[in-house]
Amino acid sequence: MPNPTTVERKSERELVITRSFNAPPHIVFEAWTRPELLKRWWTPPSFGITFIACEVDARTGGTYRFVFSHPAFEQPMAFFGRYVEVTPCSRIVWTNEESADGALSTLTFEETGGRTLLVLHELYPSKRALDDAIASGSSSAAPEQFELLDEILATLVSF
Amino acid sequence: MCRGGTSGVRQTQQEWQSKNSADGPKQDSFHLLTLLRAASPGDILNCMVQYQRSRLDAAFAALSDATRRGILERLGRADASITELAGKFHMTLTGMKKHIGVLEQTGLVTTEKAGRVRTCKLGPRQLEQEAAWIESYRQLWHARFDALDKIVEELQRTERVHPRQERK
Repeated sequence: MPNPTTVERKSERELVITRSFNAPPHIVFEAWTRPELLKRWWTPPSFGITFIACEVDARTGGTYRFVFSHPAFEQPMAFFGRYVEVTPCSRIVWTNEESADGALSTLTFEETGGRTLLVLHELYPSKRALDDAIASGSSSAAPEQFELLDEILATLVSF
Repeated sequence: MCRGGTSGVRQTQQEWQSKNSADGPKQDSFHLLTLLRAASPGDILNCMVQYQRSRLDAAFAALSDATRRGILERLGRADASITELAGKFHMTLTGMKKHIGVLEQTGLVTTEKAGRVRTCKLGPRQLEQEAAWIESYRQLWHARFDALDKIVEELQRTERVHPRQERK
């Protein structure tokens, strides 16, 4: 049985993702920072994505750049940013710079009896940025305009 | 309006929309893209604005019809099958299916088929949508971490065979 993964919206601007691994932090850290390893798990096979480029310079001040392709997309997608802090086996902080609303991601590796508790904290620049991320991924949500529609529907169905 | 670097996003969205109108909701690729971009929503938001506007227009157009408003009121009290709704509104099955199709495209109603019965219910609201999105995002990370487990095991095995050399 794999260890459980949790995702929680901690506040208006924060998402927190947690997962334990049955290995000490230096091993998990290595899998996050070596590009040839990272590219083997970042896009799970079931997603049908291929890495075109995976450049990782995991040092404080270094940069990363991932480029993916998918059969449904005519053009590749690029994700990139900067490592604000890399403390081996304990903490990685990076930016997501492909958009102005990108989160600041902080990953910590906590050792607990030979195992690692991984905590990924995503801090968005504003409530709107996180709301928009959620809205753009939901099937029919839209921030303000839809509130009006919600109100109209509430009057229709409030029997 | 998308900036140069994200034209792939715009095309994806168009492609998805055309698929969506052609043969019902098919959002897997688009959904995947939005999840991958979760930490970085800005660009995709620009691309979503037009889409959301057209959705909103479609929702209000759907609500302009008295029968469809009646269907929403009815579904607000309880879920119902298309046959039940057709009976209630003195309509043919085909006519009711059309109305449900319009409501379904706007997301106001969702349907589920069990055997030969298609049950209609009100579509999810904001809070439910947030919960659904968080669950999708969790599944993305869950899949990633399962793959990471295998690499971690592999690294540990290697380390046992070749004990750690000096590490910075």
